[in-house]
Amino acid sequence: MAKIEAEVGKPQGGFMKWIDDRFPFTETMKYHITEYYASKNFNFWYVFGVLAMVVLVIQLFTGIFLTMNYKPAADEAFASVEYIMRDVQWGWLIRYMHSTGASFFFIVVYLHMFRAMLYGSYKKPRELIWIIGMLIFFVLMAEAFAGYLLPWGQMSYWGAQVIISLFGAIPGIGESIVELIRGDYSISDITLNRFFALHVIALPLALIGLVFVHIVALHEVGSNNPDGIEIKEHKGPDGVPLDGVAFHPYHTSKDMVAIIIFLMIFSFVLFFAPEMGGYFLEYANFEPANLKATPEHIAPVWYFTPFYAILRAVPDKLWGFILFGLSVVLPVFLPWLDRARVKSIRYRGWIYKSALSIFVVTFVALGWLGVQPAEGPYVLAARILSVIYFAFFLLMPYYTTIDKTKPVPDRVV
Amino acid sequence: MNEDDADRIDRNRRHFLTVATAATGVVGAGFAAYPFLASLQPSARAQALGAPVEVAIGSLQPGEMIRVLWRGKLIFVLRRTEAMLGRLGENLDNLRDPESEVVEQQPEYAANATRSVKPEYLIVEGSCTHLGCAPIEDFDLRPSENWSGGFFCPCHGSKFDLAGRVFTGVPAPLNLRVPPYRFVRDDLILIGQDTGAA
Repeated sequence: MAKIEAEVGKPQGGFMKWIDDRFPFTETMKYHITEYYASKNFNFWYVFGVLAMVVLVIQLFTGIFLTMNYKPAADEAFASVEYIMRDVQWGWLIRYMHSTGASFFFIVVYLHMFRAMLYGSYKKPRELIWIIGMLIFFVLMAEAFAGYLLPWGQMSYWGAQVIISLFGAIPGIGESIVELIRGDYSISDITLNRFFALHVIALPLALIGLVFVHIVALHEVGSNNPDGIEIKEHKGPDGVPLDGVAFHPYHTSKDMVAIIIFLMIFSFVLFFAPEMGGYFLEYANFEPANLKATPEHIAPVWYFTPFYAILRAVPDKLWGFILFGLSVVLPVFLPWLDRARVKSIRYRGWIYKSALSIFVVTFVALGWLGVQPAEGPYVLAARILSVIYFAFFLLMPYYTTIDKTKPVPDRVV
Repeated sequence: MNEDDADRIDRNRRHFLTVATAATGVVGAGFAAYPFLASLQPSARAQALGAPVEVAIGSLQPGEMIRVLWRGKLIFVLRRTEAMLGRLGENLDNLRDPESEVVEQQPEYAANATRSVKPEYLIVEGSCTHLGCAPIEDFDLRPSENWSGGFFCPCHGSKFDLAGRVFTGVPAPLNLRVPPYRFVRDDLILIGQDTGAA
């Protein structure tokens, strides 16, 4: 291994030297890939960052091909999606890859975020990585929301109506903001056209930029690990962390296995359940938008439902909007809400372990309630769970302080 | 840097240039931003399409409702029966704004007991004041539920009476909005324009 490094390290002459004199290619490859050291004890939870990149590539690639046949106009959009599904050769596959990809994007990102909560990856010195990650999540939500309007189905239209109307709750300027988002007095062809622009240009650019910054910040600080030990504190004489192994080939070879398994699961859903029983693509969206009638049962796609359940739990328009917004934004502050001295769940006490378990159950249950009708017991349950959701974050400074932690070893075992 | 060098730097001049450049830049950015923001506002065509619409109501029977679009918004035109009008005064305690006191929700001429120009005809926007879903008409009487007919929003359960007035205890904060309108003839209304109102 030392021999290989020595060879990579010295200028090689020829073509690569010509490049490297003009662009830091070899240097960049070493810094980010062949000599980026991450802890040797990575587990299952550490594959979701790479998987998120894989889904991003799937979405960008399939999105480009969909754009070639889609028409962003109110009287043509629905028909053009049907055209892609029926007449364009393999169009159904490309479209379902894109719609299934959207849901898998959120599955992967939610698990990636949960990993950070398990092992305290948001804690010092990785606060900024977490904040950039949350910004990625916000842009992803906007991207998914804008994309859902494009087929111009019943759910596209009325879902957008509900979400855009949310901004009308802002006192004074709400209605002007709503009009500025729509560009019209109601959701129309104009709105569809601008959401298309956001979905295919503005938001993907922001997403790619933020992902780039996310990784640069990660590689500056170094990856966390399931023990929450800073491997950079124990370096060998060569300056390499003793518990670290090079990202390539050691982590990449393991990631390849994860990518293959992921793509197998992805393909299974893609071919056998692309609508996922109405959760990935809602049945009402197979009808064109009807401006004169709201579907009997209206719910967002599954990845928004936990927050939507909180919105519905509040019997007041303005407070509903405020608490909905707060529920989305609160995780940004985790690095400062969490006062525990240790990072990883492995060295935390029973209080945080219980709190995190309750939080996971709450989040999933809110997600389920978000697709149920807003009646009687469902509303009551959503109210109770909303309180628990906020308590998890707002009481965190307290319970992480009193929680008894175990000593963290110096080195990764 | 020695003192001679420091003397040679005209700090006032440098400060002036920095401030002047920044200020000019900010003003320029402001001017440049305006067209982009303005382009997001409803265009001339959108405004033109938002012109008033005429609705013929000659064949509308008592108890019937039609749905029309104005500016892409759903408008309910309901011809109320005598019995329906009679029930408007019954549930006032359960209404949030029975007297139509929120001025933005209706033109002045509709801020009355029936929220209409002619008591018989109710003209309201079919857009729930909570989050904009289209309410469903539910004109059946159900005394057991204390329901004397009105509108029900399927999205989040808001309820309105036969004058579009919102009930208490539902997420919608306001009465259904009454658009500007006027009667051109007895059997023709113009929605979106009210100058020369009858």
